[in-house]
Amino acid sequence: MGFNYHSYLREKMMPHIWCSGCTHGIVTKALIRAIDKAKFDKNKVVVVSGIGCASRMPGYLDFNTLHTTHGRALAFATGVKLANPELHVIVVAGDGDAVAIGGNHFIHSCNRNIDMTLVVLNNNIYGMTGGQRSPTTLEGDISSTSVYGSIGNPIDVVNLAIGAGATFVARTTTYHVHQLESYIYSGLMHKGFSVIDAVSACYTAYGRRNKQRYKSAIDMLNYMKNNVVNISAAREMNSEELKGKIIIGIFKDSLEPEYCEEYQKMINRVKNKT
Amino acid sequence: MADIRFIQGNEACALGAIYAGCRFFAGYPITPSSEVAEMLSEELPLVDGVFIQMEDEIAAMAAIIGASLAGKKSMTATSGPGMSLKLENLGYACITEVPCVIVNVQRGGPSTGLPTSPAQADIMQARWGAHGDHPIIALCPSSVSEMFTETVRAFNLSEMFRTPVIVLSDEIIGHMREKIVIPQEGEIPIVNRKKPKVPPHEYKPFKGEEDFVPPMAAFGEGYRYHVTGLSHNEEGFPIQSGELVHQMNVRMHNKIYKNLDKIIKNEVYMCDDAEIIIFALGGAARSSKGAIRHLREEGIKAGLFRPLTIWPFPEEDLRRVCSRAKNVLVVEMNLGQIVFEVERVLSCMGVKIDGMFDSSGEPFTPLSIVRRVKEIFQR
Ligand SMILES: Cc1ncc(C[n+]2csc(CCOP(=O)(O)OP(=O)(O)O)c2C)c(N)n1
Ligand code: SF4
Ligand SMILES: [Mg+2]
Repeated sequence: MGFNYHSYLREKMMPHIWCSGCTHGIVTKALIRAIDKAKFDKNKVVVVSGIGCASRMPGYLDFNTLHTTHGRALAFATGVKLANPELHVIVVAGDGDAVAIGGNHFIHSCNRNIDMTLVVLNNNIYGMTGGQRSPTTLEGDISSTSVYGSIGNPIDVVNLAIGAGATFVARTTTYHVHQLESYIYSGLMHKGFSVIDAVSACYTAYGRRNKQRYKSAIDMLNYMKNNVVNISAAREMNSEELKGKIIIGIFKDSLEPEYCEEYQKMINRVKNKT
Repeated sequence: MADIRFIQGNEACALGAIYAGCRFFAGYPITPSSEVAEMLSEELPLVDGVFIQMEDEIAAMAAIIGASLAGKKSMTATSGPGMSLKLENLGYACITEVPCVIVNVQRGGPSTGLPTSPAQADIMQARWGAHGDHPIIALCPSSVSEMFTETVRAFNLSEMFRTPVIVLSDEIIGHMREKIVIPQEGEIPIVNRKKPKVPPHEYKPFKGEEDFVPPMAAFGEGYRYHVTGLSHNEEGFPIQSGELVHQMNVRMHNKIYKNLDKIIKNEVYMCDDAEIIIFALGGAARSSKGAIRHLREEGIKAGLFRPLTIWPFPEEDLRRVCSRAKNVLVVEMNLGQIVFEVERVLSCMGVKIDGMFDSSGEPFTPLSIVRRVKEIFQR
């Protein structure tokens, strides 16, 4: 029996805006399947996003959906979740959304450890605005604002999340569809703030400009396939060997005090006193 | 027994919020507004409400919108530098029609300016600060009691019209201590947003009713709808059609401008026979009132027009009250902002309009206003 996507999609919103070859749709599929597996009541799911191609996803999904301002999705989501902790709050964001303009919200959301899941659709570029450099653009790569090659180290979303205190952190790619679904599912089940760095591909605005690596949209998926290294294997490799590799796996999975629960405990404590 | 207290304006604002049903506050510390946050951090947990200090004002504004969509009445408080940051998501609250309250305890600017001194230089920012056409409601309390009652009114209006409402206070009112009688429960009516009466598949979250205001379901109540800052249709989905976009903007305008009788509120003091009417609000209105008493003692017929609702601007009331006056003096703690609105509204009426402006961060003394009125009469 095939999976019934229809009950999760707002078909009147179709056609979607994504280019052919865009892998944001693969993340959408993985997210739908993960939510289905988690058996969440659709009425209790809230999907929040910022601005960008990635952030158009909630509009296509039949949940409570909130398409906010560029970079601010996590801050809106924080309000939603704290106001009603019963809701399952999921945030989707592009790389620019999540770690450029939204970098501060990203850090503080990781630190607070509110029970929410963030999926970063990380295509290393500002897709929506036509291919400007993003904080995750690879060094030397061409974008419309780094025409002579991007300068400097890209931000590693996983390292940033771990450093800031997220309690579940994983990465995989849109080539590894089943793993992506499984990591998102684990994130949804995790009590605390979970971050899934989903490596995505934008041939239109990124791949085409970097023909040294990609001759086609398919090439971008092949690149993911051929260049991933599992976290356990990566631990045995030196930085020279890891150059150009995408490390995938679950980087962190720990149970720590969750903000909403701690807040409720505080209420109980002070109300018992007065 | 009456609950009588001697408290600061900012504290009265916090208590007013609780009274109005506010159960979510997100903020970021800034003088001279921090007492609002401090008090709510203490009070909200006691009524099962949420207080959270966010990473910045952008996030605080975002969080109160999220909380409101999840069904909680919500508020944030700040001052100039923080207000500038809130504007991004204030515009978002306007286009998505999310009720919430934003308190701006004005201090001197621009930029960091005079952190501990009063000003009234954000009046135009309140109206036009967020980009794009949008209506806004802004209220100007002038006493500690009014910090309470106007905060309650701000919540009521925001719930009634599904719109953000600004409480535009200033450092004088925020930090001043006065006696206040806390209203009993039920003494001030509390308004709650309209909920949809139709089943989910018929719900159009952005379709106005006769009063132009759409009913609002909370996330989690079974109405799964889309909220976006893009121009959208009645169902909430993005649209490109110029005509539909225009219609949406006009409806959002109408829900405020065709309901003015429910929004406008002024104090008209000794204006019946007044030859000169002082137009002032907030802290400046207090000095002006003192000046008017002096002037009356000396036989000079002066009165005060004090808007408690500054946006939308009380055009009709101002015209009516000023219909027999010879002069209007606009007293404001800035270099001249609301005077332009007064000039526009009274331009066809033949009254002479003067302004008294100051951005020193020092409140006007009543005597300085008395002197100015006399100069006007001696001219
Ligand atoms: C405050 C603000 N600044 C800039 C923009 C313009 N803008 C829209 S989307 C975007 C970047 C999107 O890139 P990313 O988040 O990586 O998402 P993608 O489109 O690649 O999926 C930018 C800069 C905006 N909408 N708002
Ligand atoms: S521009 Fe890039 S990110 Fe945007 S839809 Fe096209 S391929 Fe996807
Ligand atoms: Mg991107």
